[in-house]
Amino acid sequence: MSFFIEPVARLVREFGKLPGIGPKSAQRLTYYLLRETDEEARALAEAILSLKKEIGLCSICFNVTDHDPCSICQSKERNHATICVVEKPSDIAPLERTGKYKGLYHVLHGTINPAQGITTENLRIKELLARLQDSSIEEVIIAINPNMEGETTALYLQHIIAPLNIRVTHLARGLPFGAELEYADDMTLNQAIEGRQEFK
Amino acid sequence: MSRPRNYRAQAVVIKQIKLGEFDKLLTLYTSEFGKLKAVAKGACRPGSKLGGNVEPLTHSSLSLARGRNLDIITQSQIINGFPELKADLWTLSCSLYILELVDLFTMENSANPALFELLLGTLHRLTEMTSKEITLRYFELHLLDCSGYHPQLQKCVRCTSPLKSITNFFSPRQGGVLCPLCAEKEFKAHPLSVTALKTLRLWESCDYATAKRVNLRPALSSELAQVLQDYIKYLLQREVKSIGWLEELKKSSVDNHYRTH
Repeated sequence: MSFFIEPVARLVREFGKLPGIGPKSAQRLTYYLLRETDEEARALAEAILSLKKEIGLCSICFNVTDHDPCSICQSKERNHATICVVEKPSDIAPLERTGKYKGLYHVLHGTINPAQGITTENLRIKELLARLQDSSIEEVIIAINPNMEGETTALYLQHIIAPLNIRVTHLARGLPFGAELEYADDMTLNQAIEGRQEFK
Repeated sequence: MSRPRNYRAQAVVIKQIKLGEFDKLLTLYTSEFGKLKAVAKGACRPGSKLGGNVEPLTHSSLSLARGRNLDIITQSQIINGFPELKADLWTLSCSLYILELVDLFTMENSANPALFELLLGTLHRLTEMTSKEITLRYFELHLLDCSGYHPQLQKCVRCTSPLKSITNFFSPRQGGVLCPLCAEKEFKAHPLSVTALKTLRLWESCDYATAKRVNLRPALSSELAQVLQDYIKYLLQREVKSIGWLEELKKSSVDNHYRTH
């Protein structure tokens, strides 16, 4: 780093902390900004600052939002009887893009991972249970990634929600669109056969 | 045993962490090479041919290529995906505890076929509809044996005199049972009932079919768990984190169904 003057070195260090950015990319970004106009640089800096300043968590669903409660929780058009449980805020966007789901969300901010000491205490599970005390809730859709930690979390949620007489469902498992049967893994194929459906 | 350029191995996946955007870094326990770390490239992409084959708790046959730092998985075929283990919360949590112990007790690149057999056997036993407690305790005792920490249960570990049929003591530091006289001089030794000692002695020498016939009453069960887990904690010099999760589940009575079996 001694090749750089301090302001440059500082920005290279900061960029280098971002995921997927190595030292070379960090240098390229820094020198790009050096060539850009003051306004461009200021716009970037302000965007970063406002991200942390104006954004917080929704007090109902714990999604990231710039006003509390978030627009989804406030919306009158959405179905307030279903809650879709997701692992992280970034999981909501792809579900919204489908346009198929009109209910509410709940973000857990992680999954149960016993070996790393992440249990129910570290997740927004208590808050979910508090929301479910509302008798108008009819269904909880578990949309957590189907891996080991996700499965542990899903089974735990199913165990604690079932006594409340609320329907608990999870997203379908099977072959993704565009996949090839020949290369599909056995677990996925098993689930695809078990979960086969009639033509609609 | 050093690994060739391209090699095959039978492995149980014991841990995975995400590596970069789409890759996974796996910790494998293989019968041929012991514990090793390998990268499953693109395993997080939807439709990846590795995807479901490299989840933890899967017994797979893998083809690997030796890399500069980490080996890379080139092909995989599931031998047993243990779907039964993943269908029940208590069974799944017990299995995760087994995987964590194997990870903590082993070093990379040191083959231990007996431990691999024990791991695979235990995962199969957990799929049976019997009490998981005996399976876990039997595994803990034999894991200690496979790793070279077999506790001394036949005579006093300090004065080597034969143990009498009275309440003796277990010392994690000494790695075995102490007679009451020696236990007075030992800083930390827990009382060990006659039944508990007898059960441990039976389990250390018998096969699992005999071991599971023991009538494990709740008091005896928790005494054995305490003794073995204290010893394990002393050896590792750290907490086994999954134990906390198992305790939490017991409190919310997830395991009730299986305890009654």
